[in-house]
Amino acid sequence: MEIDFTHHQTAHCENGVVSNLMKHNGFDVSEPMVFGIGSGLLFCYIPFLKVNHAPAITYRVMPGQIFKRFAKRVGIKIKKEKFKNPQNAKARLDENLEKDNPVGLQVGVYNLTYFPDEYRFHFNAHNLVVYGKQNGDYLISDPVMETVTTLTTKELEKVRFAKGAFAPKGHMYYPINFPKELDIESAIIKGIKNTCRDMLAPVPIVGVKGIRHIAKLIRKWPKKKGVKVANHYLGQIVRMQEEIGTGGGGFRYIYAAFLQESSKILNNSTLEELSKEMTEIGDLWRDFALEASRIYKNRSAKTDAYNKVATQLETIADKEELFFKKLKKAI
Amino acid sequence: MKKKDVPQDESGLEKDNIKEICYAVDEKGDYTTIKSTGWDPKTIALDNALQEINERINDAKARVLNGETSPIEYYMECHKMDIGILASYVGKFQWQVKRHFKVKTFNNLSHKMLEKYADVFDISVEQLKDINYGN
Repeated sequence: MEIDFTHHQTAHCENGVVSNLMKHNGFDVSEPMVFGIGSGLLFCYIPFLKVNHAPAITYRVMPGQIFKRFAKRVGIKIKKEKFKNPQNAKARLDENLEKDNPVGLQVGVYNLTYFPDEYRFHFNAHNLVVYGKQNGDYLISDPVMETVTTLTTKELEKVRFAKGAFAPKGHMYYPINFPKELDIESAIIKGIKNTCRDMLAPVPIVGVKGIRHIAKLIRKWPKKKGVKVANHYLGQIVRMQEEIGTGGGGFRYIYAAFLQESSKILNNSTLEELSKEMTEIGDLWRDFALEASRIYKNRSAKTDAYNKVATQLETIADKEELFFKKLKKAI
Repeated sequence: MKKKDVPQDESGLEKDNIKEICYAVDEKGDYTTIKSTGWDPKTIALDNALQEINERINDAKARVLNGETSPIEYYMECHKMDIGILASYVGKFQWQVKRHFKVKTFNNLSHKMLEKYADVFDISVEQLKDINYGN
């Protein structure tokens, strides 16, 4: 059993699943559109959570939020299900495939056998689409992969019932109801407003304030934690920024692409200019990653090197503060 | 980032023939997608994380050989887990898993409990008692 499903590779898994499911249902919605309308962009430092023995920072909203907000704002309905029992989870999935309905799944990455070994960590908020079954294997469209792939029944069960933070609990989702036409224009505006509110939030660990907070911590690490730990922490920031789901720089480019597309839809030239500005901010995030990677590669913890990357982050925070204030006014 | 600046560095993705998608602007300033083979700072960050994990594995191995901890801790590190993740896989509290790290407690664990750990690590109970099956 195979559903006629077209696989499009994307930069980020949740955007990708939503965009691919929308295209399957006849609505041409790009990955940046999903990301922008779903207000995916965020910066948040989570003080009490450690990932891989280092501080946790997220560059995106909570898993599932992008889809949830996107659906609400464009007026589609989604069905979401979680399961306690793997047999029920499998039965419901099979039922949907029988009905020619491709579904999105939240899965853990560690047991995704088609990923290169070194990319397999205990990260439970990955998303993919199952679009069929062949000789007992499930047909998988993983948006970050170039081509479609497969998982055995046992492998799929393992990833659907991975444990730890954000345990997917067999989470399965798919759109069930569509309006005649998507309300894209008002959805874009709602999405932008939400992101501006998040990034300018008066909370010390969120948005631009959160970026400044991390910059301050970076200055302290070499003295407080020693070279080894400081380097490990910095490496983790870069990894979360660039490795685990295109965080800092990558997300800025996707957001810039969203603004460019929106400027045409809303006929608003300011958004086109702001798109260019966001591209430049994305470049700054990449400069920061480059500089930070140099520090821990050379295994040095010269205080001035740490101060330098901290200053880079503060510059980014200033620019983003200005940017989101302008963006808020532009719509 | 301009299209021509999208990095095409060597990375772990290459040997598996995987490329990732990047968003970048073309000559006209329009956004487009382009495939990338990897970016050095990412690769360095990943290597750094893996090196850290290997150090933890070797450290745990040495402590098992010294009789300071049970093989459970060693296999936990091999599987890139921390106590919280392992505890949720075996359905125990973190303090219970920590107790199972004690060699004395480990030697008295029921076959059923040992089987739970062995299942999580995808090995047999006999293999669980012997660290030669890790890594």
